[in-house]
Amino acid sequence: MTDTFILGGHEFTSRFILGSGKYSLDLIKAAVEYAGAQIVTLALRRATLGSIDNILDYIPEGVTLLPNTSGARNAEEAVRIARLAREVGCGDFIKIECIHESKYLLPDNYETIKATEILAKEGFIVMPYMYPDLNAARDLVNAGAAAVMPLGAPIGTNKGLVTKEFIQILVDEIDLPIIVDAGIGKPSQACEAMEMGCAAVMSNTAIATAGDIPAMAGAFKQAIEAGRTAYLAGMGRILEKASASSPLTGFLAD
Amino acid sequence: MNEIINAKYITRETNHMEYQQGMEIVPGNIIDQVLEARESYDETKYTAADVIRALSKDVLMPEDFAALLSPAAQPYVEQMAKRAQQETRKHFGNSVMMFTPCYIANYCENYCIYCGFNCHNKIRRGKLTMEEVDREMAAIAKSGLKEILILTGESRSMSPVEYIGEACQVARKYFTVIGVEIYPLNSDEYRYLHECGVDYVTVFQETYNPDKYETLHLGGHKRIFPYRLNAQERALMGGMRGVGFAALLGLDDFRKDAFATGMHAYLIQKKYPHAEIAFSCPRLRPIINNDKINPKDVHETQLTQIVCAYRLFMPFASITISTRERAGFRNGIINIAATKISAGVSTGIGEHIDEGESKGDPQFIIDDGRDVDEVRQAIVDQGLQPVFSDYMYVG
Repeated sequence: MTDTFILGGHEFTSRFILGSGKYSLDLIKAAVEYAGAQIVTLALRRATLGSIDNILDYIPEGVTLLPNTSGARNAEEAVRIARLAREVGCGDFIKIECIHESKYLLPDNYETIKATEILAKEGFIVMPYMYPDLNAARDLVNAGAAAVMPLGAPIGTNKGLVTKEFIQILVDEIDLPIIVDAGIGKPSQACEAMEMGCAAVMSNTAIATAGDIPAMAGAFKQAIEAGRTAYLAGMGRILEKASASSPLTGFLAD
Repeated sequence: MNEIINAKYITRETNHMEYQQGMEIVPGNIIDQVLEARESYDETKYTAADVIRALSKDVLMPEDFAALLSPAAQPYVEQMAKRAQQETRKHFGNSVMMFTPCYIANYCENYCIYCGFNCHNKIRRGKLTMEEVDREMAAIAKSGLKEILILTGESRSMSPVEYIGEACQVARKYFTVIGVEIYPLNSDEYRYLHECGVDYVTVFQETYNPDKYETLHLGGHKRIFPYRLNAQERALMGGMRGVGFAALLGLDDFRKDAFATGMHAYLIQKKYPHAEIAFSCPRLRPIINNDKINPKDVHETQLTQIVCAYRLFMPFASITISTRERAGFRNGIINIAATKISAGVSTGIGEHIDEGESKGDPQFIIDDGRDVDEVRQAIVDQGLQPVFSDYMYVG
């Protein structure tokens, strides 16, 4: 049986969501191909219709577009951008980014939940980028999100799974796909996220800043597949410390 | 709010540190903190060890920024550039935003002794009618650009806020990103411009040394130092998304001025975390063939040091590189730290519609006269990605 995951009723086999910002447009096609990606994110603010080098022209057919609301500072702006994305033909998927802070670009969970609720009611397939907080994740589920996208580390830092413990809690407690969204810097970190049981990994900067963008996209693909296979295989036990060979309970008489 | 005092009443007799009638005072004391930081910045006290320590840090504090701007850091410009490039790539990928400035009027009521627009300079003055603004914008938009910076000389009477607002509404028809570089306003006036489509405001402080500032700005609103310094804060209070900072490097001690510029941006960002921060790095060029070596001259090495220090101190900030610089320098610096570059620049009035027949003389002579296509190609040739629109107006 093929291992798939479902977002808003759509089935995907690739668990690698590719960012399209931060690198040259003519490399997107090759990156998508090497990544085997079926979903590509798109900053609507970059995709202004009618301008030279429209990003939309570079995304191969058959790939699902995941427009994001980057640039939105609150729910109201995110909703406005999402509606605009739908109007210009980007489909019903929307990745919500509500960021009211320019230094670390950390998402505002409160505004994100508000936007999720509004957009889910309008029939969008809502994928919110969030700070990994269990309560907020539950609110997102209730608000109608199709997935939850916690950050591994601040956007662009390539620091890996700094928030690992908290993402694990989401994986364990939330029934929606958990997709690690930001901070993944190396294929090994993407693999680690998949081993934890995340449904998919999204990466942009790590690919964009690689020397050979398509090759790095390919490396991520393999790492994500390896991590997924390991998760499905059931990870072997890992002991924190060596265990004593003489049992502590050997004295028990019964 | 009271009407702002007529510029002609502000003369060299006027106390440059005193707010004048109608000028809005902002709450808080950012200005005091910036001036104190500048005053206490002793560029000679830093050592190579301080520089190396700063370069090894993930997040730089003001003391690290100070070290990177010091003479001790000059031998480390290459290392700074390497780190700066990493930070730039992390935050911006390989994107370089492109825009062009558009001068719509050059009337000026200020007497700034170093500026070509100053009110005592006998140049041809002019301003575009709205019909001409429309034609000018349409001509610029043909290049494919989506971001425009609207500039005027500083004359509240000849280019009033309403005139600028109207021009911005016209610009909105053609551009997705609109910034202004005009005289400082009160926050309600910034709010009005924001409603007209403007999101970004740049104000050059020129120098953060109040004593020097006084000797350079002999009349007009610009003479009032604190009103100018607090412009970015009023712009944010008026709902603007981003604000730009700059000292005209070389007017005074450039290291102190660069330090004050960074501290100003740092404090504003702390108080307004959502603010998008931008730096410009204009300099007075050293006089070539001058036998005397002036330690205050800003050569390309020093300029690069400053740009890298800005980048490392505030990795997320936008950095614009001016057409005052030559093409080779601009190409090099976008590969390191600058993220925004102008192209097809003319600093005269209405030059995009009537080539050679402008309505007003230019503010300064540019060094990089490449058009949009040439700059775009140069960006591509370096393996970078030219970006025309990185933003949409959402109110």
